[in-house]
Amino acid sequence: MPPPRSTTRVRIHPLGDTALLAELGTRLDTALNTRAIALAAALKKRRDVRQAVAGYATVTVHFDPDQTTHEALGSAIKRLATKRPPMEEPGRLHRIPVVYDGPDLESVAGALGLQPQAVAEIHTRPIYRVFLVGFVPGWAYLGPLPEELAMPRRDVPRTLVPAGSVAIAGRQTGIYPLATPGGWHLIGRTSVKLFLPDSDPPSLFRAGDRVKFFGVRP
Amino acid sequence: MTDLLRVVDPGLYTTVQDLGRPHAISSGVPPGGAMDRFAHSAANLLVGNDIGAATLECTLIGPRLVAEAPCLVAVTGADCELLINARPAPMWSGIFLSTGDELHFGARRSGARMHIAVSGGVAADRWLGSLSTNVIAGRGGMHGRPLMSGDVIAAVAERSGPGVSGRELDPHLRPDYSNHTLGVIAGPHMKRLDADGRAALLGSTFHVSRDADRMGYRLDGATLRAAGDELLSFGLVAGALQVPGGGQPILLMADHQTAGGYPVVAVVVSASMAIAAQLVPGDEVRFEETTIEAALRVRRERRAALDSLRS
Repeated sequence: MPPPRSTTRVRIHPLGDTALLAELGTRLDTALNTRAIALAAALKKRRDVRQAVAGYATVTVHFDPDQTTHEALGSAIKRLATKRPPMEEPGRLHRIPVVYDGPDLESVAGALGLQPQAVAEIHTRPIYRVFLVGFVPGWAYLGPLPEELAMPRRDVPRTLVPAGSVAIAGRQTGIYPLATPGGWHLIGRTSVKLFLPDSDPPSLFRAGDRVKFFGVRP
Repeated sequence: MTDLLRVVDPGLYTTVQDLGRPHAISSGVPPGGAMDRFAHSAANLLVGNDIGAATLECTLIGPRLVAEAPCLVAVTGADCELLINARPAPMWSGIFLSTGDELHFGARRSGARMHIAVSGGVAADRWLGSLSTNVIAGRGGMHGRPLMSGDVIAAVAERSGPGVSGRELDPHLRPDYSNHTLGVIAGPHMKRLDADGRAALLGSTFHVSRDADRMGYRLDGATLRAAGDELLSFGLVAGALQVPGGGQPILLMADHQTAGGYPVVAVVVSASMAIAAQLVPGDEVRFEETTIEAALRVRRERRAALDSLRS
């Protein structure tokens, strides 16, 4: 028997008294993410919703408790989520130049039994999806990363990762928009600015966008 | 804009804050804004401002300010000695300053953050719809940084409301900042804690560690073990109690990371966040499960207390 369609199963969890988490699923899945983004967009139009942010497979909803209740909003979300999401328009495509000379490139290649240039070649192969923008300003969770490059995070995170570092962890890849601590493996760097403080929105990538990396010489 | 206050000494960490920029969360920008929204709102109302006007949020050691022009100010929040020209002055009260008057702080008895409002609202850089300071981006507030000596605080507008000094918020209408029991609602991943873990979360005393700032507080105390698979990252909220792999819980505050994948075992209710904002490293803190109805009731009471200042 095929697994039941997940479209009707939305779990609503309170996040305190003024927010809730709508969970559409628990898998890293493009279709689930598409539905989460569509649901967040639909919820943002409601007067009782202050903000709705899509995660991989969830929507975090901040609401005005004077205008609605957890129950009423939860029911509305379940109704909205059962609707077939509108045909997704392909997100904007960003082409990102990368110098593949990151400090972890050798160790990643060694751990995976690959040559460093093969790591770079495999990393440039897919068109990645922006699943989620968040964590720090301009950070985007991109994926899925090819299985051949999947590695757990570093045991000891770096206290400072330079801005522009291109990194991998698990089935994800991303670019550090700012110099921050970080536990991902650094395989390259880019000069493209991800965080645009003087633009609105201040992030180059938006959820649903597509990203293609290409290698360049230093 | 009128120059009102000159910063003689900025204090430990004084930033411009308003009610934050919630719409920027989807770009990964923290919502920011005043940590203690009650104290911030009360300070504004005491000087005749809207609650959304910007105030100065002071941390542990307040600034020394000199009035460049006559102005109405109010100081709320952490319990400390407020001094005008070296003489004690009341907190939670509108105070009229004459040109040359000096406002500074003596000993702090308890609490972490004071709010200083000026009539007309603190003028500052607007970034993504808010005057709040975001030091990571270097935007908003006083050019994206804490106050420095020599800065001058101007008001956005000429006095908007009636400029009445001596208006006061009754002590019994303020949150009980000495009660460090925070109300929580079970979070989406509460079930990842076993019975012992839940008992430790809701029954034991934690201490705010030294690793505590506007982003969040690491809490010392019981180690909480959250079972289960790694979670996919999701949008976070202020008040969320995250449990990372090491088991030391983190309470997310106003400048929190906007998304993450650690289990959220509980969320502090909105009315208790004013109390949380006033905790300092070493303070005891306990979590008590409450209901959404009870949380909203306290929220309404706090708003009624603020509304009493509008008349």
